[in-house]
Amino acid sequence: MNQFSNLVYLVPLFPLIGFLINGLGRKSLSKPLISLIGCGVILVSFAVSVGIFFEARHFGNTPVIVNLFDFIKVPGFDIPFGFQVDQLSSLFLLIITGVGFLIHVYSTAYMHEEATQHYGRYFSYLNLFVFSMLLLVLGANYLIMFIGWEGVGLCSYLLIGYWFKNNNYNYAARKAFIMNRIGDVGFLLGIFWILSKTGGTLTYSQVFAQASSFSTFDVTAITMLLFIGAMGKSAQIPLYTWLPDAMAGPTPVSALIHAATMVTAGIYMIVRSNVLYTMAPATQTVVAIIGLATAFFAATIAIKQNDIKKVLAYSTVSQLGYMFLGLGVGAYTGAVFHVMTHAFFKALLFLGAGSVIHAMQNQQDIRYMGGIKKYMPVTHITFLLACLAISGIPPFSGFFSKDEILAAAYEHNLILWVIGVITAGLTAFYMFRLYAMTFLGRFRGTHEQEHHLHESPSAMTIPLIVLAILSVVGGFAGIPEVFASNAHGLEHFLSPVIAQNTESHQLNHGTEYMLMGISVALALIAIVYAWSRFSKKPEIEEAEGAGKLLANKWYVDELYDTVISKPLLASGNVLKNVVEKSGIDGIVNGVGRGIQYAGRQIRLMQSGQVGNYILLMVLSMVLMILLVFYGNNLNPIFNMFK
Amino acid sequence: MSTTEILFWFLSVLALVGATMVLISRNPIHSILWLIVVFFAISGHYILLNAQFLAIVNLIVYAGAIMVLFLFVVMLMNLNSDTEPQKNNWMKIAGAISGGCLLLIMIDVVSGSSDMQNKTAIVKEGNIGLIKVLGKVLFTDYVVPFEISSVLFLSAMVGAVVIGKKEKETPNP
Amino acid sequence: MPIQYYITLSIVLFCIGIVGVLTRRNAIIIFMCIELMLNAVNLLLVAFSKMHNAGAVGSDANPTAGVDGQLFVFFIMVVAAAEVSVGLSIIVMMYRNTHSVDVNFLNRLKN
Repeated sequence: MNQFSNLVYLVPLFPLIGFLINGLGRKSLSKPLISLIGCGVILVSFAVSVGIFFEARHFGNTPVIVNLFDFIKVPGFDIPFGFQVDQLSSLFLLIITGVGFLIHVYSTAYMHEEATQHYGRYFSYLNLFVFSMLLLVLGANYLIMFIGWEGVGLCSYLLIGYWFKNNNYNYAARKAFIMNRIGDVGFLLGIFWILSKTGGTLTYSQVFAQASSFSTFDVTAITMLLFIGAMGKSAQIPLYTWLPDAMAGPTPVSALIHAATMVTAGIYMIVRSNVLYTMAPATQTVVAIIGLATAFFAATIAIKQNDIKKVLAYSTVSQLGYMFLGLGVGAYTGAVFHVMTHAFFKALLFLGAGSVIHAMQNQQDIRYMGGIKKYMPVTHITFLLACLAISGIPPFSGFFSKDEILAAAYEHNLILWVIGVITAGLTAFYMFRLYAMTFLGRFRGTHEQEHHLHESPSAMTIPLIVLAILSVVGGFAGIPEVFASNAHGLEHFLSPVIAQNTESHQLNHGTEYMLMGISVALALIAIVYAWSRFSKKPEIEEAEGAGKLLANKWYVDELYDTVISKPLLASGNVLKNVVEKSGIDGIVNGVGRGIQYAGRQIRLMQSGQVGNYILLMVLSMVLMILLVFYGNNLNPIFNMFK
Repeated sequence: MSTTEILFWFLSVLALVGATMVLISRNPIHSILWLIVVFFAISGHYILLNAQFLAIVNLIVYAGAIMVLFLFVVMLMNLNSDTEPQKNNWMKIAGAISGGCLLLIMIDVVSGSSDMQNKTAIVKEGNIGLIKVLGKVLFTDYVVPFEISSVLFLSAMVGAVVIGKKEKETPNP
Repeated sequence: MPIQYYITLSIVLFCIGIVGVLTRRNAIIIFMCIELMLNAVNLLLVAFSKMHNAGAVGSDANPTAGVDGQLFVFFIMVVAAAEVSVGLSIIVMMYRNTHSVDVNFLNRLKN
């Protein structure tokens, strides 16, 4: 019955094999072979995942746990290397391998101009990335999740800095790594805290079973620490600045980071720990507030960005904020739902943007685009669908998931809902500003670029089309109660994993229709305004006043630089020049010099003169007699050392 | 005070004075002569303890043979003048202090020992020190060590001859 | 005589020997001090043998108890005689090489 689920180790195994083959053989394999291996392993994983997904329907409340071997086993501390297959992880498996596969296929065309060696390196990193994410999702305890968590961080570093000859890209990679690391500290501390409370186990089922015996303080502290980890990984305030910079990597990598892997790790972790979070209302409030603040803040920044990828990056940050809002108000299913739909349309947006960038010969600034509609019909249509989906226009997928979160927020607190809806309007506005400036109007680039404009090869367009279909229909996995009773398939599917769904459906239908109406109307207004404004008169000049503030991302990077980096560097310099040079070096060299001096002095004892030796012998005799016959009198002194 | 005690104290003081003089004499010849005095005093103690055999052997072997050997060596080397340079006073002080420490500690240990309280060594009496008794034990129970000691003497003799032999060629004077 | 007296006398003689070894640099004097120390020990052994004999006479168990101590003294003398013969020949040898009996010239142990 569970024949696929018992083979779950194959899912991460294949990407690992692909990583090893491509990584080790990157100099000897040919490009088609690399593509075949890189995509093939993900496809196999996807196939197994599909099998697992269909089995997972029937699991009920008992997940399948596959323990491969003992990872850490010492007395009082037992952590197996095990995989847990349940509804939640199988859903994520599907998203990761499915979207990941499409991105791999897309990459074969996008990266075609790279040298073979780098091409192999790229695919090995991609496979490793998918492997890490699968490990993260499949782990049956927090430690395995942490391994995947770190692996994802490593791969993001490697891939953001893929073009390592450009120093700015290296800085971006380093920034991503360090920001993630700050979050990881929180996550790790949270794990330790759990470990100390459960007495040596990190396995989910056991932790959650014991969770009811934790004190409120412990649960709040654990969840807060875990949330700090999620902040870093999922780019929430204040650790979000790495994500826009992560655009330094190749565009398919951005798609992978933003859609299938990496940033959803934080969401997954919190959903996985929903038992703990439900027990800690204080943390939930913090999560909701930070999520909402991030959503709004990032949306405002996105309005004034001119880099096509930066806009998408800030929109990701904003959408992640939505997901955290959903987690904070207890709509775990809604958050997972939004992860899923977001994976579809955000991957689509990035791949579409990549297609445009590819055609524009690496031009990323939307002020020099425009009118691409007629050159790239497939890209144009799919991009438009994705924009509609992210803007929350029914019946596209974004509408359902976003509406579910907003409805939950409304139940929780009206203010949360108001800001959420405004943010939704902003989202629609900046997405269609992007769309209009890219595809509408007339072409503003050079003639040479215009001459080269062409539709992308089928390896790129087919993933676009598949994702577009998913973006359009993906929402029907979770049709809200108002439209059809008992039609929310995802909620049914996930119900065994999410212990206490506070997402009750007590809003009456009228209110819910009204809420939908308001958000859709706002989005439509924003779309129409953006369409009409930016298709005719694109915003080319530099922003002024408040716009400049937004264009410069609220000067957050500069703020961090001034408040954190500069003092840190200064104190580092002080430590280096004062403490290190005179203090630590002084101690170290002093010890060395002292020993040398003592050695020189003690050497004089070995004078070779018989008299000295006899003297020492006599003194030793005195000492021995003292110890033997008067040793008891010294006991009080010896006892002091015991 | 009985005659025995008078003799004991006299011999003890003689031994200590002799030993001190051995130590502080500048002239090696004087040291040797004072050492002979010490040996005579100790032989006197042996007689007091009625250990006649050891008293005689002590006189013959130590005071007779060994000290004569010392005298021969000193005189052969013409060392009777004061050849010892007096410069390392630190060493002398350190030696005296450590020796004194050892003395104090050992005396304190022994006088504090309960085993030695109220025990006496019988003087003027007892026959275990007589040649007859010792001889019996020596040639029955201790005959093997006795014979081995003859081997020791042989090897000592050979060693002394080998070491003392003048080398044919002397590379450095 | 109380055994304490003999012990004290022996210790004093022994320590004089040690001080002599430590302070004098003439090899022959050092050698003589060693002989002095040996004799101090001999004296103590004889005294102890008589002490044991006294204990045995009281209980009338073994009239020759303590004779071992005196035999030890005998063997010590044997060994001392052998030692002196070898040691003196070494000193003669040393004098022949360095024209001195100062032990501080014998610092080749250093190398």
